[in-house]
Amino acid sequence: MADTAALAPADAAIAPVISEGRDDRALHRRIMLGIAVFLAVAPFVLYPVFLMKVLCFGLFALAFNLLLGYGGLLSFGHAAYFGMASYLCAYAAKVWGLSPELAILCGTLTAALLGLVFGALAIRRQGIYFSMITLALAQMAFFFSLQAKFTGGEDGIQAVPRGALFGTISLADDRALYGLVALVFMGGLLLIYRIIHSPFGQVLKAIRDNEPRAISLGYRVNQYKLAVFVLSATLAGLAGSTKAIVFQLASLTDVHWAMSGEVVLMTLVGGMGTVFGPIIGALVIVTMETYLAQFGAWVTIIQGVVFVLCVLLFREGIVGLIARITRRPL
Amino acid sequence: MAQDIILSTTRLTKEFKGFRAVNGVTLEVVRGTIHALIGPNGAGKTTCFNLLTKFLSPTAGAIHYKGRDISRLQPADVARLGLVRSFQISAVFPHLTVMENVRIALQRRKHGDSFDFWRAETVLRRLDAEALDLVDQVGLSEFAGHQAVELSYGRKRALEIATTLALDPEMLLLDEPMAGMGHEDVERTAALIRRVGKDRTILMVEHNLSVVASLSDRITVLARGQVLAEGDYATVSKDPRVIEAYIGAGHG
Repeated sequence: MADTAALAPADAAIAPVISEGRDDRALHRRIMLGIAVFLAVAPFVLYPVFLMKVLCFGLFALAFNLLLGYGGLLSFGHAAYFGMASYLCAYAAKVWGLSPELAILCGTLTAALLGLVFGALAIRRQGIYFSMITLALAQMAFFFSLQAKFTGGEDGIQAVPRGALFGTISLADDRALYGLVALVFMGGLLLIYRIIHSPFGQVLKAIRDNEPRAISLGYRVNQYKLAVFVLSATLAGLAGSTKAIVFQLASLTDVHWAMSGEVVLMTLVGGMGTVFGPIIGALVIVTMETYLAQFGAWVTIIQGVVFVLCVLLFREGIVGLIARITRRPL
Repeated sequence: MAQDIILSTTRLTKEFKGFRAVNGVTLEVVRGTIHALIGPNGAGKTTCFNLLTKFLSPTAGAIHYKGRDISRLQPADVARLGLVRSFQISAVFPHLTVMENVRIALQRRKHGDSFDFWRAETVLRRLDAEALDLVDQVGLSEFAGHQAVELSYGRKRALEIATTLALDPEMLLLDEPMAGMGHEDVERTAALIRRVGKDRTILMVEHNLSVVASLSDRITVLARGQVLAEGDYATVSKDPRVIEAYIGAGHG
């Protein structure tokens, strides 16, 4: 965002300038640095597999939030890109014997292609109809996964080899694998941050704010919507592919509609339309699933209660609430 | 003498499920004039307006802009030809700053299609000075860094005009530019429209007859989807059919 506060110094004191200024970008840089440092230290303190799960879902939620929070498009079928990418990555690593980085690339490209096709169909409609089309298409992807031979049906693709990065660095060790996942996550986060703060991102925000007006300024809005849809699906695919390597598994869970719901939940709990909210959302939800697993089916109910409380108490999500209190865009 | 017609419609018709909101309207707007479209409620002004800006598609008839048939174009492409509309409810981008609202229009004109998601938005800074200049022209400099949502109604309209001007359009279509404005804002906006209209063509739909009288070179009166009368204010206001249409529809 432009640094207009400096041009109108008298006003800055009178009314709150909530838009991002230069010092906000500096704050974001510090937070990014903080996250990088945390990621470097964390595996020595916390269980790496848990961390990797949080990072995969965090990236998934960040990708979803790019579409919802900045594109204003609510997809109810993001599991399709996450899950199909996960299948293709697992298949490429196990059956074709590709090294992990190439397998992840395969999965990610699959999600990009799928996003292009599904997105082109879905953006023709708006609001709830858009959401319903994304859901219907994702259900088709689910039934395809259930029926197709290569996905292994109910069993999924199991015992996916972690392999060796570029054929040399073995990922068998959790710490080594963690390094890769942390890099993928950080790269994804920085890319999304850049997308939001690019000329393209400015147009996205304008379309989200007032679509007819954006059209009247000469923007062909459907092309922008499709572009952000594909970007979001691609990054969701990157998250799904990485997850397949981490857990050495691709299964129906990843393409199930419940997964689409979960990413909505993560984004809303963390704060949609905030830069860092989805990460916190993913952390909260994954932590609950991991540490409340002993309660079995009750996890779902506890999640439901947390969600209801979130919506009732702070609709803008955890990070959204912090941003409002501190008056800083986060 | 052949006049330079910038925008014309031929037997323009729009039907909604059997109801003809606009019925065979033939209209010619001369380049460089301020042309007003008036008429009692339900006369089809707004429908006509939406047809011209392509937000609605005509059932029959054609629209020509600078000699080119634009009847089948998409709204964004009409805007790219230099025919830009405003909206009845103030059309700003509430969560962008005042400066950014204007800059997003400059961006389309000068930066082009912005699919460059990999580039930092600092490349847009070269547009800041021009954006601030436009913001200043409508008297909003002191609010440049504020989000548009914080502005008062009249200021939002001013911002909307600055945004539209950023496109440097050849022709403006204004949908009730004074709707919902207080007396002071009306004066200010009228002056702004007059200034903007000096080297542009303007077609506006407006309810406020005193505004129409003072601003427009030519007036077309619509009633029940058809052209009832056309001419300057003196001619139109004396036309018995116009008087009847307004009184008949409950306007004084």
